[in-house]
Amino acid sequence: MTNYEHIHVFQEGSIGVIQLNRPEYMNALNRKIVAEVVTQLEKFDADDSIRVSIVKGSERTFAAGADIEEMMNESTLSFELADPFSDWDRFLSIKKPVIAMVTGFALGGGFELALHCDFIFATENAHFGFPEVNLGVMPGAGGTQLLPRIIGKRKAMEWIMLGGHMTAKEADRLGIVNHLVAPERIEDETMRFAKRLANQPPIALRLIKEAVNRGEDIPLREGLLLERKNFYIAFDSKDQKEGMKAFVEKRKPSFKGE
Amino acid sequence: MGNSFSEIKYEVKSNAAWITLNRPDAFNSFTPEMIKEVTSALKRANRDQDVRAVVITGEGRAFCAGQDIKTVDENTDYSGLLRNYYHPMVKALEAVTKPTIAAVNGVAAGAGMSLALATDFRIVHEKSSFVSAFMGIGLIPDSGFIYNLPRMIGYTKALEIATLDKQISGEEAKELGLATELVALDDWAEEVEKFVDRLANLPTAAFSLIKRYMMDSMHNPLDPLLEQEAQAQQTAALTADHKEGLQAFIEKRKPVFTGK
Repeated sequence: MTNYEHIHVFQEGSIGVIQLNRPEYMNALNRKIVAEVVTQLEKFDADDSIRVSIVKGSERTFAAGADIEEMMNESTLSFELADPFSDWDRFLSIKKPVIAMVTGFALGGGFELALHCDFIFATENAHFGFPEVNLGVMPGAGGTQLLPRIIGKRKAMEWIMLGGHMTAKEADRLGIVNHLVAPERIEDETMRFAKRLANQPPIALRLIKEAVNRGEDIPLREGLLLERKNFYIAFDSKDQKEGMKAFVEKRKPSFKGE
Repeated sequence: MGNSFSEIKYEVKSNAAWITLNRPDAFNSFTPEMIKEVTSALKRANRDQDVRAVVITGEGRAFCAGQDIKTVDENTDYSGLLRNYYHPMVKALEAVTKPTIAAVNGVAAGAGMSLALATDFRIVHEKSSFVSAFMGIGLIPDSGFIYNLPRMIGYTKALEIATLDKQISGEEAKELGLATELVALDDWAEEVEKFVDRLANLPTAAFSLIKRYMMDSMHNPLDPLLEQEAQAQQTAALTADHKEGLQAFIEKRKPVFTGK
């Protein structure tokens, strides 16, 4: 695979795994690492042998914020010209399901990276948070937009303004994580879930992801129309034929993503 | 081991960490410094791979008389005292993954009782006693007392103890299920050591998994608990102690667990 500086890439069956690998910086996100993650997700999207992606960190840290040293001498204009967050925009176009496996800390940009994924599996000792405000700034890669969509405006406002650390239990209670898992079991359980997803019909998943994500940003009537069209599109797939045939024949379907 | 403590003693022997509250002239009552020392000792014991059980006991005649009453008055910021001192201690105790034991060598009063309630096991003798004592000065039991006690002995008894400030003897504690062991005062030191030794030789990983999920089970529905059990069992199954347990069973001998 491509030579990356800050990530490792593995494939296990039809699951693509991206591991953040800047341990000396607690996997702090710089522009390069984000670009590498997104580039690899795009490759997985284009790769027929991959059905689901997992983004993970190291055992004790998912990703602890952004690279402050890289950022401290930036100015308004240097940011405007470099447009450093544009890589994040490409994340929104990823079509296949992406799971964040959060072990330990997911802070600032690390939390935003997890929120960009479709699912979050977290260890029981994980911590989430947006500490940017404590440095006199604010989240810049989607924190103020994504968190309120998940936990509501009031709770999000409190967490982002106070910049505290949220325990995994609290994150679970607020609906941020899909499943809390013991640290010893996180790898296996995340993989087990990824495999279940990988057996689902890929085209239906793609259409569902689009309908759910776009539905958040458009009026209900438009969302319902989008859903209807996507529902119709599903009928153009072999998986639809297979799924319904298997149902009638009382056997398990085998989906090909065609 | 570097011992930087002044109001407690900390030592590790036979795979157990012993935290001894050491202000006997003041019945081991809590000062902010002592609470900080207990908190840091608990964290140290939890990190130490050789430690497989943690004991808290008191020097002299008392276990712990609670907050040193001479240091508080009606202007005390109790919320701050709790948030900044007692809560970190209780949370550090709760975070210990190994068996924790209160060897209640005398009176455990007020926050001293709260501390004893926050451990996994209590061992007492006939002269040990517990008393809430908070209501006596117009306060409420704190440091997790209200959370822990009803879970241990049921709501009605807990309410009675919390509100009536009744002194509970060692024997009553045993009857209530508050104490795991009641031993003779004359044999105190050796009985405590025997009990601690037993806990320090359990399959420690399995113990910590049980502890992790049993408290959750008190307020979680069955379904998620079953899922947690299934995952935790797989973790336990991968330990050396499980292998040893099976092997010992086949060979009809007593297993020797290493906590690995």
